[in-house]
Amino acid sequence: MGKTEKASFDSSEAQNIKKKQLLGELRKILPVQRILYSESEMRPYECDGLSVYTNLPLAVAIPDTLKELKSILAVCRKYDVPVVCRGAGTGLSGGALPLSNGLLISMARFNQILEIDPENRTARLQPGVRNLTVSQAAAQYNLYYAPDPSSQIACTIGGNIAENAGGVHCLKYGLTVNNLLQVKVLTMEGEIITAGGTGFDSPGYDLRALFTGSEGMLGIIVEALVKLLPVPESARVLLASFDDIKQAGDAVAEIIASGILPAGLEMMDELAVQAAEEFAHPNYPSDAKAVILCEVDGCEEETASDIEKAKQIFLRSGAKNVRLAADEEERTRMWAGRKGAFPAVGRISPDYYCMDGTIPRKKLGSMLESISEMSGRYGLRVANVFHAGDGNLHPLILYDSNSPDELKKAERFGADILELSVALGGSVSGEHGVGMEKLDQMCYQFANPELETFHEIKKALDPPGLLNPGKAVPLLSRCSELGGMHVHEGNLPHPDLERF
Amino acid sequence: MEYQDLSEIIKQSYKNGTPLRITGSQTKNFYGAALHGEKLSVLDYSGIVDYEPSELVLTVKAGTPLREIEELLRSRGQMLAFEPPHYGENATLGGSLACGFSGPRRPFADSAGSYTLGVKICDGRGRILSYGGRVMKNVAGYDVSRIMTGSMGTLGVLLEISLKVLPLPDCELTLKKQMGLSETAEFFSAIARKPFPLSGAAWVDGAVYVRLSGNERAVAKASRTIGYDEKNIHGHAPADRMSDFWYHLKEHTLPFFSSDENLWRLSLSQTWPFSSDRVSESDIILDWMGALRWIRDPVDPEKIFSEAENAGGHAVLFRRRPEMMNSSDYFMKLGPEALKIHRRIKKIFDPGGILNPGRMHREF
Repeated sequence: MGKTEKASFDSSEAQNIKKKQLLGELRKILPVQRILYSESEMRPYECDGLSVYTNLPLAVAIPDTLKELKSILAVCRKYDVPVVCRGAGTGLSGGALPLSNGLLISMARFNQILEIDPENRTARLQPGVRNLTVSQAAAQYNLYYAPDPSSQIACTIGGNIAENAGGVHCLKYGLTVNNLLQVKVLTMEGEIITAGGTGFDSPGYDLRALFTGSEGMLGIIVEALVKLLPVPESARVLLASFDDIKQAGDAVAEIIASGILPAGLEMMDELAVQAAEEFAHPNYPSDAKAVILCEVDGCEEETASDIEKAKQIFLRSGAKNVRLAADEEERTRMWAGRKGAFPAVGRISPDYYCMDGTIPRKKLGSMLESISEMSGRYGLRVANVFHAGDGNLHPLILYDSNSPDELKKAERFGADILELSVALGGSVSGEHGVGMEKLDQMCYQFANPELETFHEIKKALDPPGLLNPGKAVPLLSRCSELGGMHVHEGNLPHPDLERF
Repeated sequence: MEYQDLSEIIKQSYKNGTPLRITGSQTKNFYGAALHGEKLSVLDYSGIVDYEPSELVLTVKAGTPLREIEELLRSRGQMLAFEPPHYGENATLGGSLACGFSGPRRPFADSAGSYTLGVKICDGRGRILSYGGRVMKNVAGYDVSRIMTGSMGTLGVLLEISLKVLPLPDCELTLKKQMGLSETAEFFSAIARKPFPLSGAAWVDGAVYVRLSGNERAVAKASRTIGYDEKNIHGHAPADRMSDFWYHLKEHTLPFFSSDENLWRLSLSQTWPFSSDRVSESDIILDWMGALRWIRDPVDPEKIFSEAENAGGHAVLFRRRPEMMNSSDYFMKLGPEALKIHRRIKKIFDPGGILNPGRMHREF
């Protein structure tokens, strides 16, 4: 970790020499058109989906064989150049943000579906395969790949694994880690580690789980074997609207407690509903204070019975309207509103800042009240979009980056939300990852000994410390500068102090 | 017992270099290498810490008996969906997770590790460390909780575990159909490719058994489509379980398991044509749609390990003949790259090498 900090103090002259050496070596490995180094060529790579952070690397390399990739890592080891790997760049926490003293490797050309095995219901994939194309390729066998992050049209499997991506269906079908059988990883030392297996168990520690969600810090994903599931016979979605957001929050807990396991259970507040309605015209009741989408899947008989049960729960919980999507077209339209909620909010504000905390479901109501109070205090509007079923919140804080003051306020507001998530017994990130964005908040969630072990794990897999250094796990010094605010088992130090 | 007591013992042992064997109710002593070192029992570190049925989250101390946990959950209409085998009356949750065992429901509902949301451990230096949490989704920090699951106490003593739990299905139904072993691969693939509410699929003694769980009408419909020679609707009351085929399969109380032969556990892709040409049908049981195979086989372990490796799978000498109790390799060897990483990880959590040394792999 020390290396990045040291390198950032290098004089620009030293940086130039390093860049020349690096380019000279890269040209021996890759054809010139797959090495980018001018500012204009590298601009598209300056950020990922979290565009408030931008940075230009020394160069961008675009390998398309494992041999090329290994050779590139050897060069980086030789010249002590940090490496950031990138899939489609849709990540939302700055995990693929380039380092100005480092090389950015685009995995985009590793885009082959190596095998679909319908008998075993698996797909063997290169990391640059786009999420949605897996389900498209499996459709001929009536199979699909379950994790469906909202960016599934663009995001890649490698990035999904690196971030342990979720989606609207992970309440029932799990995150990426639950749908991944095996992963092959190239370590910074140039070795291939195969973690997991073709069966359900593998020898030794579960390194497959360790690599999943490790944000490009431990190795470069070069191949994955994922599970495919049979397409459910029927999927039906209910839309329930509420005049009171707390009632909606309670309804979510009721649904889960009733024994129904919905495929998706999503909630949006008034502002998110209005934005979604204007953007995708999903026919949401735009006067509602909160809207819940509840999808159940299975065979016809099962979904019919679950839908009826869910409808009664919503009505009992005070829903003013409950509507069942009449056909597949209406169902798709209802989901289009939810899946397009982020761009929809993007249209009603110059910028927005998306949070990703997770809290116990029962705390949903009190969290919403706090967010609304903070919104008033910071003078910034918030649109709330939740994976309510699993307590994962995406408050979108609206701000204008042209006003320098507003970005600062938005960041502070976001940090407050995450710190409160930890205080309520939750986590700073449910599915977007820590990246560059939530380093400070990690200090609240983890105490120093745990953070130390994270650094040691990084060192075990990446002894030279060259893979995506500085991301995902804060230095202990950073945490101590923040004042040692670790929240132990949900207990804030000095709980009597107001902290909003 | 307080966890501070355990921490103190471990700190002392670390200082003195005393190896420790971590024990609960000792129902899984047969599994892996023989235990040695001073006994460190977590049996008294027991009890429910927190249970919120509407959150689907249960937090318990590691020494809590599985039986107690399952009874509590059942009383609230919930279950441990990974269906852990007990292998003995007083099996604890900690021991079960340390071994990483999951039962017949595993291919359809995921593994013990996947239901482990968070853990509190005491590592080999006596440090109390917490990873994960009590919420469903949490990607902050590396997923150390899952590494602890199945690490057989070599990285830390499990103290507290938060688990995701699931609602009990409304209805369960088991189908039995006579079938030769050679027909099973096609049969299992065919049913798994349909959206049936499967929760178990095994082959024992010339018959396939298929368990369906869920909505009553969905279960009935699937049973008609799949077809059967016999069927049996069963519930979840404890009294039922002794008559339950799945219980006996999970707990190794079927007659097949009473033999003194070496018992191999093979985890492979379900269609891999493994062993069936060499081993007699009466020496094989298939679970997990064929992805888990129990095989009584006296041949050379090295041969089985290498076959499993070629299949990209995993072989364990699960129970062994008495004269083999002292041999050392029960688990497949790790490749040199993986072994290097394992040693480094072990060193982070147990630099003195005092926690269950050699229990899992003789190298660490």
